[in-house]
Amino acid sequence: MTVENTAARKPRRSSKRVSAAKKPTSAEPQLVQLLTPEGERVEHPDYDHFVADLGPDELRGLYRDMVLTRRFDAEATALQRQGELGLWASLLGQEAAQIGSGRALRDDDYVFPTYREHGVAWCRGVDPTNLLGMFRGVNHGGWDPNSNNFHLYTIVIGSQTLHATGYAMGVAKDGADSAVIAYFGDGASSQGDVAESFTFSAVYNAPVVFFCQNNQWAISEPTERQTRVPLYQRAQGFGFPGVRVDGNDVLACLAVTRSALERARRGEGPTLVEAFTYRMGAHTTSDDPTRYRHDDERVAWEAKDPILRLRKYLAAQGLADEAFFTELDAESDALAKRVREAVRAMPDPDDMAMFDNVYADGHALVDEERAQFAAYQASFADAPQEGK
Amino acid sequence: MAVEKMSLAKALNESLRKALDTDPKVLVMGEDVGKLGGVFRITDGLQKDFGEERVIDTPLAESGIVGTAIGLALRGYRPVVEIQFDGFVFPAYDQIVTQLAKMHARALGKIKLPVVVRIPYGGGIGAVEHHSESPEALFAHVAGLKVVSPSNAADGYWMLQQAIQSDDPVIFFEPKRRYWDKGEVDTESIPDPLHAARVARAGTDITLAAYGPMVKVCLEAAAAAEEEGKSVEVLDLRSMSPIDFDAVQKSVERTGRLVVVHEAPVFYGSGAEIAARITERCFYHLEAPVLRVGGFHAPYPPARLEEEYLPGLDRVLDAVDRSLAY
Repeated sequence: MTVENTAARKPRRSSKRVSAAKKPTSAEPQLVQLLTPEGERVEHPDYDHFVADLGPDELRGLYRDMVLTRRFDAEATALQRQGELGLWASLLGQEAAQIGSGRALRDDDYVFPTYREHGVAWCRGVDPTNLLGMFRGVNHGGWDPNSNNFHLYTIVIGSQTLHATGYAMGVAKDGADSAVIAYFGDGASSQGDVAESFTFSAVYNAPVVFFCQNNQWAISEPTERQTRVPLYQRAQGFGFPGVRVDGNDVLACLAVTRSALERARRGEGPTLVEAFTYRMGAHTTSDDPTRYRHDDERVAWEAKDPILRLRKYLAAQGLADEAFFTELDAESDALAKRVREAVRAMPDPDDMAMFDNVYADGHALVDEERAQFAAYQASFADAPQEGK
Repeated sequence: MAVEKMSLAKALNESLRKALDTDPKVLVMGEDVGKLGGVFRITDGLQKDFGEERVIDTPLAESGIVGTAIGLALRGYRPVVEIQFDGFVFPAYDQIVTQLAKMHARALGKIKLPVVVRIPYGGGIGAVEHHSESPEALFAHVAGLKVVSPSNAADGYWMLQQAIQSDDPVIFFEPKRRYWDKGEVDTESIPDPLHAARVARAGTDITLAAYGPMVKVCLEAAAAAEEEGKSVEVLDLRSMSPIDFDAVQKSVERTGRLVVVHEAPVFYGSGAEIAARITERCFYHLEAPVLRVGGFHAPYPPARLEEEYLPGLDRVLDAVDRSLAY
């Protein structure tokens, strides 16, 4: 097979090769991998052609996406520590899964995220500062989902997989060839809604890709507390394919998602992608992982870092020079600065905003309570200020 | 067709037919709604006429039904979902309360969720467990939802049209024991607003406020009371969220007495909300405390006991007497 790809010119190992840190056993599932933790491109007969179009610009683009996303994420964590945000759910370690899958999408595709898809949001062109409103407590989301075909973050885990399925059913009814992608995690895989979305999408042959980021931990519960079989194998029981991909390999995530999206566009129904990755940080800024997991584990996964491996590859292949990395550092700092300033400048909502948009067509009780509360607030207008 | 006598079931069927016919974005979905026409035949013949793409038999999973309806609404469709029985709605309760009700507000109004959830509710048909409940207060308590219930065929026809046209999610409670009651439906009239109460019978001594299946009981009670020389006004509230408090207030300011009647348990029921509001609004007009008649704080009983559990003519009249005795 001919692969017209910069990467393909490189000596490679067997496609059977399994990631070094994961000792293969007979029961151990195969993991689709195109880029090893050491930054070596490996062949995969089923997926190479899905990334064959990537030239140096695209590869550097993926790297840039991951670096900026990580920088944004770190800035958000810092802003939470500084009291500017109430909470932050970090995506640290999951950049490849999100950028790879996010960059596989077309503009007309639709995304249903959880609350951690900052990298996917980035790919969709959602301004990162928009993601911070809900974590600062000034809104519950607030962006227009239809501007970037990126639905609001969903906090109740698994619920959005049904919305994605329904949306995909609508796409099929419209005769469009768009596809829908639903993000969820290993914890959500236990939710009934996820099982129901598998059932509905299968029986209606809906053009949806279920992208499960198995980051090994659902707050404090390991994946073994959610499942007795590798998660991607669940799809088989519902009658559609499942595939496990190295979630820290941006090329593999891109290839596998492209493959699943194309399948959806061809009218062949859903696919479950299990991106095998690791939550490098805490569940959120409120969490303390030292209570439930050893740091050894995190250190082991650090060796498989998604950004590092692409950097090694770019450097080894001569696809990026030092100037590129230096410029990107500067761009990252500029992004962080912009985000920091935007968050600090974010105004608190007006007191009356809580009564807005409760209903589209209005509601007598909301109107009444709004008027009562406005009058109550106004009654303090002439009161002397405390301490004056 | 202008004025025709038909059952509530038929009126709802005609209403869905008209909605499907008028707006290509309207979908009907639920368990057994296709070939079977629904267990109560409300969707009878619709799949035959509008096809499987628009009248959709779903897997038996209520959360999935409402969850996918939300997705379809986000894509621009107007799904009308059927939950087979009141007691089966709870698997979908999370999707309704957590997602459907709040999504418009979370998006700061940038998306709309025109989803109707039809639920046959209430007792009186000798059914097994989970087939006779009245959970309307559990939905009326949730901001973002509208909750209505027709009591007769004409309202069934028009209120369902209006619910489908609404850009808000509407929980549409159908009094299943009234499905076969006939009434005149004028399909060319101008209907009352969806959330307006209606004076079902004018009276001067006391007001009975009810909705759905209890309107008929209250009308019968009013007729019986008339024989004893008591003039009873019956208000059909029609909407539990919002509630037309102005209409209740107007009536109570004339009669000075109010009894709220519903099948749902009295405790934390819509009667409690009405009693509190009307006490506030009509304190100096009230001649007696607002009384409530409804179900007990016990699981809906086996069918052989439901006649005792459900508010009937005598329990309503007993409350009327107690109110008038103040």
